[in-house]
Amino acid sequence: MQDAANLSEYRKQLRQALENEFQREALDKFAVAYRTSRANAFAGIDAPELIAEIAEAKDASIDHLMELFEEFKRHAEAAGTKVHLAATAHEANEIIGRIAQENGVKTIVKSKSMTAEETHLNDHLEGLGLDVTETDLGEWIIQLRHEGPTHMVMPAIHLSRYQVADLFSEVTHKKQDVDIQKLVKVARRELRPKYCQADMGISGANFAIAATGTIGIITNEGNGRLTTTLPRVHVALAGIDKLAPTLHDALRVIKCLPKNATGQNITSYVTWITGAVPCASSPDGKKIHHVVFVDNGRLAMARDPLFKQALRCIRCGACANVCPIYRLVGGHKYGHVYIGAIGLVATYFFHGRDKAKNLVQNCLNCGACKAVCAAGIDLPTMIKEVHARIQDEEGHPLYSSAAGAVLKNRTLFHTILKSARLLQKPVAGGGYLRHLPMFLFKDHDFRALPAIAEVAFRDRWEKIRPRVAKADIKVALFSGCVQDFVYPEQMEAAVAVIAGKPGVAMEYPIGQSCCGLPLMMMGEKKAGRELAAHNMNAIDAQGFDYIVTLCASCASYLKHGYKRLFEDDPAMSFKAAQFAQRVMDFSSFVRDVLGFDAASFAGPSKDVTYHAPCHLCRGLGVTEAPRALLRDAGLNYLPAAEEDVCCGFGGTFSVKFPELSKELLRKKINNLKATGATAMATDCPGCIMQIRGGFEHDGTHFEVRHVAEYLAARLKRK
Amino acid sequence: MSTSPALVDRLTEKAGLVSAVVRTVASMDEALAYVAETCDAKEACQILASGCDAPLSGTAEALCATKQQKIVCAPDLPEDEVAKLTTLCEARGIAVITKGMRERLGGIDIALTMAAAGIAETGSIVVRSTDEEVRLATMIAETHIAVLPESTIMADSYDFEPTLVEWMGQAPNYTAFITGPSRTADIERVLALGVHGPLELHILILEGK
Ligand code: SF4
Ligand code: SF4
Repeated sequence: MQDAANLSEYRKQLRQALENEFQREALDKFAVAYRTSRANAFAGIDAPELIAEIAEAKDASIDHLMELFEEFKRHAEAAGTKVHLAATAHEANEIIGRIAQENGVKTIVKSKSMTAEETHLNDHLEGLGLDVTETDLGEWIIQLRHEGPTHMVMPAIHLSRYQVADLFSEVTHKKQDVDIQKLVKVARRELRPKYCQADMGISGANFAIAATGTIGIITNEGNGRLTTTLPRVHVALAGIDKLAPTLHDALRVIKCLPKNATGQNITSYVTWITGAVPCASSPDGKKIHHVVFVDNGRLAMARDPLFKQALRCIRCGACANVCPIYRLVGGHKYGHVYIGAIGLVATYFFHGRDKAKNLVQNCLNCGACKAVCAAGIDLPTMIKEVHARIQDEEGHPLYSSAAGAVLKNRTLFHTILKSARLLQKPVAGGGYLRHLPMFLFKDHDFRALPAIAEVAFRDRWEKIRPRVAKADIKVALFSGCVQDFVYPEQMEAAVAVIAGKPGVAMEYPIGQSCCGLPLMMMGEKKAGRELAAHNMNAIDAQGFDYIVTLCASCASYLKHGYKRLFEDDPAMSFKAAQFAQRVMDFSSFVRDVLGFDAASFAGPSKDVTYHAPCHLCRGLGVTEAPRALLRDAGLNYLPAAEEDVCCGFGGTFSVKFPELSKELLRKKINNLKATGATAMATDCPGCIMQIRGGFEHDGTHFEVRHVAEYLAARLKRK
Repeated sequence: MSTSPALVDRLTEKAGLVSAVVRTVASMDEALAYVAETCDAKEACQILASGCDAPLSGTAEALCATKQQKIVCAPDLPEDEVAKLTTLCEARGIAVITKGMRERLGGIDIALTMAAAGIAETGSIVVRSTDEEVRLATMIAETHIAVLPESTIMADSYDFEPTLVEWMGQAPNYTAFITGPSRTADIERVLALGVHGPLELHILILEGK
């Protein structure tokens, strides 16, 4: 549950979560094992194709939820089921409470339902004096502990067998063994009488099939079948987004959901219930059967052109499994009721701005969730969008609007950077900022910060620009702020490499400014749009074949982000598309367009490992080019573990959440060191700033450079 | 219509991966004999494996005490087959019942059911269980043995879709895809079989049927 009043309280909670060693180890182990089991489960299956099909089918349903509801109701009622639609969570609880009271219900068994968690159904029913027991093992455990789930699929993943044994000893009043197999059997025997006594069973529904009025429930434990069979009343509670036109839609999702959730091919039980089935404990021999659909903001979401996507979610939990932040702090701190990436979005819509406002800032924008989502939801973009909306609703924090004002005014921004260079003089040494007044930067003291370069790249350009007599290809260079002002040598290396092929004319459009991604990260969407428009004017896309950048984040943002910014403006959107089409990352350009290969390089070999920047490997889908270039350049590339997991920089993220950034950097550095190499290449100046700063702070000698620099050093001179 | 051996192999392989026991039988008689033998070979205290040896609360203990004799339940077996099974079981002191599952919620040893179809892709069986006795038997039993006619094995769930849609149209209907025994990994992600449902699932593929 998220109850922090403000960001600093939230950060305090995060620090506490970081200290939970057991949870961190459990989540780490799971994250690593998950990757393998998921890959195995999808072996031989075209996962992207299946995911695209699911997304498309879900989108079609989302546009017709009310029609599907009417159709479902017609069929289900004909088969003896009573169907309800609740506008709010509270209304859903009231309907279920009323059903219980009308039927003289005293005891209830529940099979797992995220929707019931969403509406806090148990609290409501207990308030009516009803006895409610969760029957899913994990749910039962957390119910006994009076807490919420910490994962959508594995609600008790944060607890150890010792904690469970203690809990069960309390419940049975007998000392229990710390043996998982035995503990599970204790739960089996303790829960069995609950089913026998219960007057009512409550379940969720993974699917509601309009064509036949059928609900589908998937479980591994089989508690869903007992819950829906033994008690005389069965109520299924589902979000209205669970409606699908036909069985085929459900079967398709089943092909993906268990694989994406845990790497299982299918769950042990898939149960299809149509109508009021026979039930011996009911007075007329037929189940008293109700299906309650809850809106709770979903129908409004379905009408929202951007956020309707979130309703595609099939609750597989994969977006948490791969999220580096979830891995560090767990679901109680990386979610409210719904956890992980989708939780950040869902919380805003289902539980309100107050619960969401701190949470949504805690995202690296690393894109791991988007890459794994079973429904192809663009989660990072939506998280940023929620953040922007909350700021628009609540007012922008001073630092954020100030950053917006500065960044969108290029002259002002660049003047500030240049005066910063003068101001840092007394503290800069050997390329890093030293002797900073540390009380100001206490939490940031986990990596050394680079100094601003003596001469920015934009001021070097005229001197170094190659003159090309006859140009076959025209390239605009986009530097991004970090390479322009902090690491101009990376740009120079790139210019040297590109100039190695004849007939390539390079231009550095001097009017260019920051790409605007930091503003997006801060939720400053309006300023971000102005900046994007500025850059598109400064670099007239028509005049170039390619717009090449060495910064993975800039590249991914220029290519995908700009188009999204102008979705509602046809003229600008056309311009952004033209612009985006020409954007290419340095490595892809050098290898795929210029055709550099082994013949282009010479020089002594050395061991080099690699860090895959989020915005390159997932943002642009570029994985092969940089690694191949390193090999072609004669380097001995040593792959590191978790090479494509975020280094923790995340732009402004590392400033806002230094404790988390520090932990991610620590993991990254350990993985790099473990390769045995003492040099690392990557394609993003932000990652270089983070990782190089980390090694420097650490005192370890480790060379961290841009791919372009390694290539330039080994380029054969003509 | 005969099923290709490849489909049978696939189902066998996939069901095996989720801890189901799969074997082929040449006739119903062989299947019945298998049931009687399996039950006979079970532990004397039939629900030992399912938690009776653990210290339990009073209510849970009481439920254990309701079960005194080894029981096989065969709710959807044709009468003449039930008679044959009864003969086989009586000799071993095992009771055969076809209904009354609600009085046996403490557990029974074996549920014998007829699967309506098999899905090779996932190693699943399809059990039409609108009949409450079938539904309960397959959940309460410690071992679920299902006879699966070879010809009903299909490649994947899409192939089974038309049949299931037809059943759903004949409401009320309750159908289950069952894949392996009941399982959980809720404590430290360690796999444990038999949480609420059966600890074992045996699939007997009935050849030539
Ligand atoms: S973008 Fe990365 S940090 Fe943000 S929610 Fe997704 S996986 Fe987590
Ligand atoms: S958002 Fe995607 S990955 Fe996350 S739970 Fe939903 S479907 Fe699964």
